[in-house]
Amino acid sequence: MAQIGSYALLLALALSVYCFLAGMISLIFQHAGLERVGESARRAGIATFVAVLLAAVVLVVAAFNNDFSIAYIFHHSNRDLPGPYKFAVLWSGQEGSLLFWSLLLAAYGFVLRLRYKTDPRLFAYASVVLAGVQIFFLSLLNFAAHPFAIMQGTLPADGNGLNPLLQYPEMVIHPPMLYLGYVGFTVPFAFALGALIMRYPGEKWIHITRRWTMVTWGFLTCGIFLGAHWAYSVLGWGGYWGWDPVENASFMPWLVGTAFLHSVMMQEKRGMLKVWNMWLVFATFWLAILGTFLTRSGIISSVHAFAQSSIGNWFAWFLAITFAVFVFFFFKNKDHLRSEHKLESLVSRESSFLFNNLLFVLLCFTVLWGTWFPKISELLQGNKVTVGAPFYNRVAVPVALLLLLLTAVGPLLAWRKTSLESLKRNFFWPMVGAIVASIFLMLTPESWGAAFGLKPWVDISYFYSLMAIALSVLVTLTVASEFYRGGRVISKHTGQGMFASMVQLTHRNTRRYGGYIVHFGVVVIIVGLAGSAFNQDKEQAMGYGDKMNIGSYTLICRSFTQDDNPNYASEWAVIDVYKGDKKIDTMTPVREFYKASRQASTKPDIRSTFKEDLYLVYEGQNEKSQPIIKAHLNPLVIWIWIGVWIILGGTILALVPNAPATATIAVPKPKLVEQATPAVTGD
Amino acid sequence: MGRAPREPVLGEAEGSSRAQRGGSGKAAGATAAEDQRQTMMTKSNSTRRALHCTLLTVAVFAFLGAGDPAARFGNLGHQLMCVCGCNQILLECNHVGCPLSDGMRNELMAAVGRGDSDSLVEQAFVQKYGPTVLAAPPTTGAVNRAAWIMPFVALIAGFGIVIFVVRAWKNRPAPAIADGLLPARGAEFEQFRDQARKETDL
Repeated sequence: MAQIGSYALLLALALSVYCFLAGMISLIFQHAGLERVGESARRAGIATFVAVLLAAVVLVVAAFNNDFSIAYIFHHSNRDLPGPYKFAVLWSGQEGSLLFWSLLLAAYGFVLRLRYKTDPRLFAYASVVLAGVQIFFLSLLNFAAHPFAIMQGTLPADGNGLNPLLQYPEMVIHPPMLYLGYVGFTVPFAFALGALIMRYPGEKWIHITRRWTMVTWGFLTCGIFLGAHWAYSVLGWGGYWGWDPVENASFMPWLVGTAFLHSVMMQEKRGMLKVWNMWLVFATFWLAILGTFLTRSGIISSVHAFAQSSIGNWFAWFLAITFAVFVFFFFKNKDHLRSEHKLESLVSRESSFLFNNLLFVLLCFTVLWGTWFPKISELLQGNKVTVGAPFYNRVAVPVALLLLLLTAVGPLLAWRKTSLESLKRNFFWPMVGAIVASIFLMLTPESWGAAFGLKPWVDISYFYSLMAIALSVLVTLTVASEFYRGGRVISKHTGQGMFASMVQLTHRNTRRYGGYIVHFGVVVIIVGLAGSAFNQDKEQAMGYGDKMNIGSYTLICRSFTQDDNPNYASEWAVIDVYKGDKKIDTMTPVREFYKASRQASTKPDIRSTFKEDLYLVYEGQNEKSQPIIKAHLNPLVIWIWIGVWIILGGTILALVPNAPATATIAVPKPKLVEQATPAVTGD
Repeated sequence: MGRAPREPVLGEAEGSSRAQRGGSGKAAGATAAEDQRQTMMTKSNSTRRALHCTLLTVAVFAFLGAGDPAARFGNLGHQLMCVCGCNQILLECNHVGCPLSDGMRNELMAAVGRGDSDSLVEQAFVQKYGPTVLAAPPTTGAVNRAAWIMPFVALIAGFGIVIFVVRAWKNRPAPAIADGLLPARGAEFEQFRDQARKETDL
């Protein structure tokens, strides 16, 4: 079994080396006779996917067969592990996850190489770049982190089992999503580098990669929030984001990738920012690899310490080499990236995109700076310091609020130049709405719940919350007004109802209106995050009939008990939840002790409402064997998860092809250029 | 800021006087704290946890409305890290069998109960556990300050650069629309039409 896997990996390496070299030769010499060599390179790329897939299948089958002769299976699985988690063995340890990374890269390459007819030459370049990256991962797998290494000595009867924290349904999908995001950014990078090397004329490569980037971005977003949701539902510390280096590692490529998604429009529409885009797409790819380097090398301590190993050096070299290659081709061909247009006004969509990019990149820099600062401090002043949540909350939140403001203003600005008059006209009512909402929040009684009766002068976190909510209202209203104004125009021309007009409007420019829906999703998430300023928690030992009050809830311990199954033993408490005198729910926070790994984990019970989450954790027992319960009251958390669904919906919408632009509205044909290039106002 | 009274903090963390201290200044809390003293002699980790949470409850009731040490405990506890290697905020460290966080929480509780100022508490923790116990770099020392200042310097510099770029780009010649005043025909016209469509659409 293990041998099949090993040979498949070797074969995959050989194929990707061939794909890389043959592809390169056919591109460099451009001889007619070499066409077939190029074609063979493409096919070798496709075959790489088959070989890597075979290796991955072998690993999963070995897990299901409990083949503990393979060290990796011994370390990450056991006989009683439920089926889905055995499947997840592919990404629950280092060697497996590198194999998984390689598999996804090969899968993306597979799709790319099948669709090569779109633009054979550019795709050939991209294919070579992908093969280069693939060679790195396959070399790692073959020579440094072999997933099919054989156990020495006698065969163990059972495996070590999977880390109990990872035994949670979401953990089966969180890593694949995140990896699809990480790996996916290799594709836009491959196209960008390909376009740079071949001095590709026009913006077609941007069109080609736009969808890739959006899909990848969607996966990464999903992966990040699944991770947050997993942390919230499993780790039991009551939060979802701890600014841990590994979380930061996934956040950085997301930030730069988001900047790229925006600035790409500048290049598409106005032929500007070509150099910047090239760097952004490179930075996104590079940061994704850097994230892996951070988590694998152990250079920065993190709660994800289980990922530490010695392959950090490989990553460091790879990072250095990709940087060198990119910089070389950039300086060689940068004259090719000259801007086609000039910028006309500070009050224009162009400049709003510049500021948008500035803030995203700055946030990324802040996160990078914070993540590396312990290392910098060690070098400069000889002692490590911790850069944790309080730092990021203080530094990143103001920048994020500025970004939110820009989200509101940006879409109201026209390309080239916007008159202050039109800005005022479009902005007036949303602004009024935001101000009214803030005053309403300040004046309402606190008893209405979190975020009501908000006194921003009491605490800086309250101030931030109020700003976040006010700006969220502003963004929501500007988005709504965009839909409304666009819908009204169509409605006037076609006589359709308002809703049908808005649907048609959206269908005619899915990326724009899908984008607005994504903005709205972000706003909903922001509201959820703003709730964290009002978190409460309480901890208490609870014997039979003991009471605890938190917020408007009264918790009464009905009983506590234990259970046992082959995978784990568990202890839990049965807590009745009352609101006033009325019993509204029964909750059972639990602690599990996993037998194979000899590790314990606490799994909170969460009662979510739109207003707040009641979050109960079984912390342990006191000397009377009574359970100690920690209760958290986390307002508005559910909106974070709702917001993510909205973002996903918006992203999918943006991927739908546009309906023909002139399907229902006949645009009179202009005769002169002056008419054809209007001085743009409004939208 | 004086030197942190390190020994007393340690001594009290181990001994029963902490409960009294925790209740001192408020008669209402004192008796409740007395009751808790009995349970303090036990050694196991979970007992300490139980003790700590009961203490917290006592402290919450004892100090409600009086400068609110419970809130101070919460605030300070979120500025400190558990140093067992779990890399979690002290009050968020909940992994089973943590050898340090209960003791640290008790020390924090005692210090807050004594009415030590925030900086004094932080200093005491730094002396005992090293600088990594602070969840964010302190604002003392050039390197530490750099941690805080850098993002804002970058922000201001970034804004400067963007404004500079906008101005510079405004002044540069525009190759594409140099002859824009002449009537355009054929392919050129289509090109302008296409450009117009792009610019009026997102």
